[in-house]
Amino acid sequence: MAKKLLLDKAHVPGIRSYEVYRKEGGYRSVEKAFRLTPAEIVEEVKLSGLRGRGGAGFPTGMKWSFLAKPEGVPRYLVCNADESEPGTFKDRYLMEFIPHLLIEGMIVASFALGSNVSYIYIRGEYAWIADILENAIDEAKQNGWVGKNILGTGFNFELYVQRGAGAYICGEETALIESLEGKRGNPRIKPPFPAVKGLWDCPTVVNNVETLAAVVPIINEGGEAYAKIGVGKSTGTKLISACGNINKPGIYEIDMTISVEDFIFSDEYCGGIPNGKRLKACIPGGSSVPILPANLLLTTAKGEKRMMNYESLSDGGFATGSMMGSGGFIVLDEDQCIVRNTMTLARFYHHESCGQCSPCREGTGWMERILKKIESGKGEMKDIDLLWDIQRKIEGNTICPLGDAAAWPVAAAIRHFRDEFEWHVQHPDKCLTENFGLRHYADPIHVAVTA
Amino acid sequence: MIKFSEEKLKKVSEIIQRYPEGKQKSALLPVLHLAQDEFGGWLDTPVMDYVATLLSIEPIEVYEVASFYSMYNLKPVGKYLFEVCQTGPCMINGSDDIIGYIKTKLNIGVGETTADGLFTLKTVECLGACGYAPMMQLGKTYREHLTKEKVDAIVAECRSKAN
Repeated sequence: MAKKLLLDKAHVPGIRSYEVYRKEGGYRSVEKAFRLTPAEIVEEVKLSGLRGRGGAGFPTGMKWSFLAKPEGVPRYLVCNADESEPGTFKDRYLMEFIPHLLIEGMIVASFALGSNVSYIYIRGEYAWIADILENAIDEAKQNGWVGKNILGTGFNFELYVQRGAGAYICGEETALIESLEGKRGNPRIKPPFPAVKGLWDCPTVVNNVETLAAVVPIINEGGEAYAKIGVGKSTGTKLISACGNINKPGIYEIDMTISVEDFIFSDEYCGGIPNGKRLKACIPGGSSVPILPANLLLTTAKGEKRMMNYESLSDGGFATGSMMGSGGFIVLDEDQCIVRNTMTLARFYHHESCGQCSPCREGTGWMERILKKIESGKGEMKDIDLLWDIQRKIEGNTICPLGDAAAWPVAAAIRHFRDEFEWHVQHPDKCLTENFGLRHYADPIHVAVTA
Repeated sequence: MIKFSEEKLKKVSEIIQRYPEGKQKSALLPVLHLAQDEFGGWLDTPVMDYVATLLSIEPIEVYEVASFYSMYNLKPVGKYLFEVCQTGPCMINGSDDIIGYIKTKLNIGVGETTADGLFTLKTVECLGACGYAPMMQLGKTYREHLTKEKVDAIVAECRSKAN
């Protein structure tokens, strides 16, 4: 059993309430944090090696240390709870069942960053969770953890929940800030970075829900102890939301030392694939990261067992690897059609493009149309090359990473499953009633032995 | 005349208090949610103009936001809005069949409303319930692990509530 830092109390009856949460040791990290200086807290987070859990994996302590501190200008902490990456539903679980963990983490982080007013920007569809959070904040307030002069420290702190209204792009931090200012979620050109000019042009840190929750065990147990869990630069624990063709979809907290194979097939985690089907492919870190065929998923191109951590998942780069991303783990069995799956993702990115940059605005729609064409048996061979060409022209040519996020799934699908695309073109009728199937996608990969 | 109830007006001023002086535009998204709930499930132009007045901003600032976010309805919708997710993980778990079943059962297409004004069917992109697929949003909550039987039960539940 892997050590649990975030979900260890998730199954305690009534843990959603302040009373039970406090009885189970909640809010200790705030008491401890107030005995430290803000700089010492930042140092602990740096020591912990915590990396942003929203998808990018940027070191949190470093992000915090970039925050500008001009005299007389307010600073803000904003929690990114705009969880919208297909395959990802972990933050929802944390907020719905242990809302006080996020609030506790935000008090500590706000104290460390000098934010007297912080916001939780939650996706609009999670309406009932916004209510749960607001109730929890009220409870925290009644018990003196939020409000004026907390625990007699002189630190004033208010925390508010803001609901979005349906826009994936608002998970991008500058789009989120725009949205929080009451505007369309159009990402800003960086620099200036939010650390210098963010919410209402003030220095701002935007952190994911899970990242802020992880601050609690880091302060409780110390950054060094946290860094000892996991492996290499994948320290601590990571929440994985597993879905698709698996027996036990849900949220799992892993310590990043288990293999992808064990994660999918062991009873402790996904419990294998239903109906005796075989594994065909997997998108291991949310829809934006490259899809891998079964063979490259379980074994790296070097012939090593692939592990559930940042380094191993990205081993081989985009040629043969993928990414940890947000931890949205989507499993596809042998009956799934890669073309159709890729088409739904292209449609998603087309729907969610904010429209600011033409490569993304036009390119995502173009990719969706071509994929629909191939999927419906009307494709031509040259469409596959055209698709490749379009995604190349989006990647790196947009203000924000949504363009890359739209390009990568298409690129990876063609890179690894080109023959399935070609089969659709060659079998315009058959592809409407049959699937390409598993074919060679699980066959062992020949590893070249270097002399 | 379009006007929030006293209770809702109090809520609006509470929301505005969350932001620094002069930054009341930040209240736009939450106030549009309130307005949509209060004024029939969609945002008609006079409603948006009213919101603009409340927040001392230009009407165009409201229109551009209302048209950007998918949760704001710019056309009337039925009393019960079925928003069925169709993105990858839901598709893998049979969302196409659920959408097809709802279409047949209610005899409407995607984006349409039943003649009695009770139901509207919309397809939406990922709502963050991938592990509980297929699913739909209905009002403030999610209905998950959908089957044809569950859809039947939800339709019956809505019909009985409407009567």
